[in-house]
Amino acid sequence: MSSRLRYAYYPGCSALGTSKEYDSSTRAVCEALGMELVEIPDWSCCGSSPAHTVDHRLSCALAGRNLALAELMEDVSAILTPCPSCLTNLKTASAKLKKPEFAAEVNKLLDRPVRATLPVKSVLQAIHEDVGPDAVRPKVFKWLTGLKLAPYYGCIMNRPPELMAFDDHENPVAMDQLMDAVGAETVSFPLKVECCGASYGVARRDIVENLSGKLLDLAALNGAQAMVTACPLCQMNLDLRQDQINAANRTSHRMPVFYFTQLLGLALGLGEKELGMNKLSVSPHPVLAGIESVGTAGKGARQ
Amino acid sequence: MKIGVFVCHCGSNIAGTVDVVRVAEAAKAMPEVAFASDTMYACSEPGQDGIIQAIKDKGLDGVVVASCTPRMHGPTFMRTVARAGLNPYMFEMANIREHVSWIGKDKEANTRKATDLVKMAVAKLAQNRPLFPSSFSINKRVMVIGGGVAGIQAALDCAEGGLEVLLVEKTTTIGGKMAKLDKTFPTVDCSSCILGPKMVDVAQHPNITLYANSEVEEVFGYVGNYQVEIRKKATYVDWKTCTGCGACMEKCPSKKSPDAFNEHVGRTTAINIPFPQAIPKKASIDRDSCTKFKTGKCGVCAKICPAKSIDYEQQDEMVTEDVGAIICATGYDLMDWTVYGEYGAGRYPDVITSLQYERLLSASGPTGGHIKRPSDGKEPKTVVFIQCVGSRDKSVGRPYCTGFCCMYTAKQAILTKDHIPDSESYVFYMDIRAPGKMYDEFTRRAMEEYGTQYVRGRVSMVYPKGDKMLVRGADTLAGTQVEVEADLVVLAVGAEGAKGSPQLAEKLRISYDSYGFFMEGHPKLKPVETNTAGVYLAGCSQGPKDIPSSVAQGSAAAAKVLGLFAKDQLQSDPQVSKVDIKRCVGCMKCAMTCPFGAIKELEHRGEIKAQVIETVCQGCGICTSTCRQGAIQLQNFTDNQILAEVNALLQSELEEA
Repeated sequence: MSSRLRYAYYPGCSALGTSKEYDSSTRAVCEALGMELVEIPDWSCCGSSPAHTVDHRLSCALAGRNLALAELMEDVSAILTPCPSCLTNLKTASAKLKKPEFAAEVNKLLDRPVRATLPVKSVLQAIHEDVGPDAVRPKVFKWLTGLKLAPYYGCIMNRPPELMAFDDHENPVAMDQLMDAVGAETVSFPLKVECCGASYGVARRDIVENLSGKLLDLAALNGAQAMVTACPLCQMNLDLRQDQINAANRTSHRMPVFYFTQLLGLALGLGEKELGMNKLSVSPHPVLAGIESVGTAGKGARQ
Repeated sequence: MKIGVFVCHCGSNIAGTVDVVRVAEAAKAMPEVAFASDTMYACSEPGQDGIIQAIKDKGLDGVVVASCTPRMHGPTFMRTVARAGLNPYMFEMANIREHVSWIGKDKEANTRKATDLVKMAVAKLAQNRPLFPSSFSINKRVMVIGGGVAGIQAALDCAEGGLEVLLVEKTTTIGGKMAKLDKTFPTVDCSSCILGPKMVDVAQHPNITLYANSEVEEVFGYVGNYQVEIRKKATYVDWKTCTGCGACMEKCPSKKSPDAFNEHVGRTTAINIPFPQAIPKKASIDRDSCTKFKTGKCGVCAKICPAKSIDYEQQDEMVTEDVGAIICATGYDLMDWTVYGEYGAGRYPDVITSLQYERLLSASGPTGGHIKRPSDGKEPKTVVFIQCVGSRDKSVGRPYCTGFCCMYTAKQAILTKDHIPDSESYVFYMDIRAPGKMYDEFTRRAMEEYGTQYVRGRVSMVYPKGDKMLVRGADTLAGTQVEVEADLVVLAVGAEGAKGSPQLAEKLRISYDSYGFFMEGHPKLKPVETNTAGVYLAGCSQGPKDIPSSVAQGSAAAAKVLGLFAKDQLQSDPQVSKVDIKRCVGCMKCAMTCPFGAIKELEHRGEIKAQVIETVCQGCGICTSTCRQGAIQLQNFTDNQILAEVNALLQSELEEA
């Protein structure tokens, strides 16, 4: 690992729309932690959910184009993406392109051949492994003391384990450790890697209402004031659809659903606007107001 | 030399893909072959009689049988040859079934290959010399390793048969896993009530010496004459004077020591007797928990002990014993179920193993036989049993069926209803496997009379929800997903070989499989023997078994030992290495490579020479290939015999060219 952390950054499509706050908070937190993100020039869709159901070559070509563009960049150690779905597609393509015959088929569809040698990581993995909770702790500007969180990783951040090769696939702890490092309290949350209903929100809303409902119920039951996520789709289902879920299940949750980068940013002393706190559907302010302002670390994130 | 060749059809096993008549015809042309024929079943009675007749009629000096594997029938034909008056080592076998007919369909090629193999066997036989076994006396004492029910049965049967028995048990009491069980299936009788008397018999039998808290350190020797080093581990209590009164347990201040006998669902004192019926009923100190050992202060037990038996300075003691045979009954351990992340991987107190549940059910257990869940001590009203946790699951490297989990789960479901009449039990299962006597009837009783809900399907996840455990799974008969809110979840954890089995197997020079079970001599026909003469297997050390099977195998192993000891002398296999003293330069390279320690130095007219201890030599031949002088030769596999085989083979290659 070079002393300078420089990455090819792949925001993914949701970062431009539904999860702008994830993107902006990611960029801000990474800068504060000394990670240089260089957006891949002219990146395009990773193939998302539909491509691989139609044609594996096409799917890998869509992801492969972005991999090839990143390979042209100078002095980057890995490709980072905040979105677990983009992560899956980029990683799947990288793995499949290891087969020469398949790679040859895919390269026919591309302007320039892809080598698929750059490692692909989630922003969570990079912050956890390349920086680490111990290096985050001294940079805390405002401790999130008293904030009780249910950490929720979603179903694909760590699975399938052979492909994702990050953390424990049944009981991941990376996000828990980062939240602990900035003074928040993580409650026991056994549904960390359960499905939120994903894109069924469009076709079968009842499935999302059922599955995401269970997540909110258990988080509340176990004493969480808020949930913290690492996936744009999970965040959207839990946050944007919380009223629908409440109506369907006759519940009355008012559970803010943060991106982990938003809370890290808050602790590092970044501005609420920069972190996109105003983009959340369920207002986080009652919960954030409850954070005990016990002392500051003195140093602050921006020295 | 006049050699006879017999080519076996083995029905269609060989004749189907080998032209046996042509092979026999070709044999007639081989050097020193005086007679050759094909025969339908060489191993059958008429087949053997035919060989004997030919030896007598033609005055044969040696016989080649071309048929199946010598492993199976080598000894059969050696006896046949001997009955006709020849030395049994004037016999060779060509394996034209496993090496030819079963592996290729090209009849022409097969016939050629079979002919080549016969030619090699003939060439080797022409170099054979008669070999004669020597006799040695045997020590009629037997060591049983492992004091579970299989080991106890084997020890008692041997002792009743008049043998002197050493029973070596690594924990402080015998009884094994069965002593931890509350009731047994399918009779639901009290486990310790039927095992207890047998344990007492062991303690009282004049022919049995019990080494509790001891482990086998090293094994030397051979069948009939083994030397065993046993480590008697320190208990810090003088067992000669300890009366087992239990006063030390009452006064011991460290009352929160891990309780291995109760599968860690309870706590015990640092000095303890594992359970009331323990044999021997002697106290021992767990030095990891003992305040005296940790801080140097305390010593309460030494002050209180009326027999003055406490000895904090006690050291491990090594004992060497001579025995003639060894029965290995080291049992099983539960597989490490904490690999199952979806069941909480050991993080949830109310997800317990089946053996822990047994201790909760047992009147001598930590809760006095009242089912209390570990987290808050409440009586559970809904209990979920999950079967096949570490059985039939390739993903955790345990593809085999443990075989007794279906039964003990049914038993535990029945007992749950007996203990808590207003409780409900659910069993998630893959199949019900209950093939024993009265077994299927028993599982049906659990369903029909006791109302246990059997759900066919795997559980995908268990997690705490409030003070309940939510069990989420599939009902594959109804085709739906199911969720059960349980108070307690019991995992039917599968079995694997006991910890330390591979190390013990290496000491005993027996084989073991990748799951830690010892390998029997033959999966069907030698179920209690091993490939090392004089070492036998009993109980779960060979594979998972229920109590009746373990007891049966314990008795079977004892019968094998009694049979072995019915002779006063054993004959050694003469197929061992032999040193040509004139050629030997005394470099002792052979001794360095011998894995069995069978070669020692001998002073011969002032010079060092190698000498083979015949009874220890296993006939592997490593020394032969090490010796630069060609001085040490494996009888019946000498350099000259092997070269004769190679020459015979190359000769036919040359002819083809």
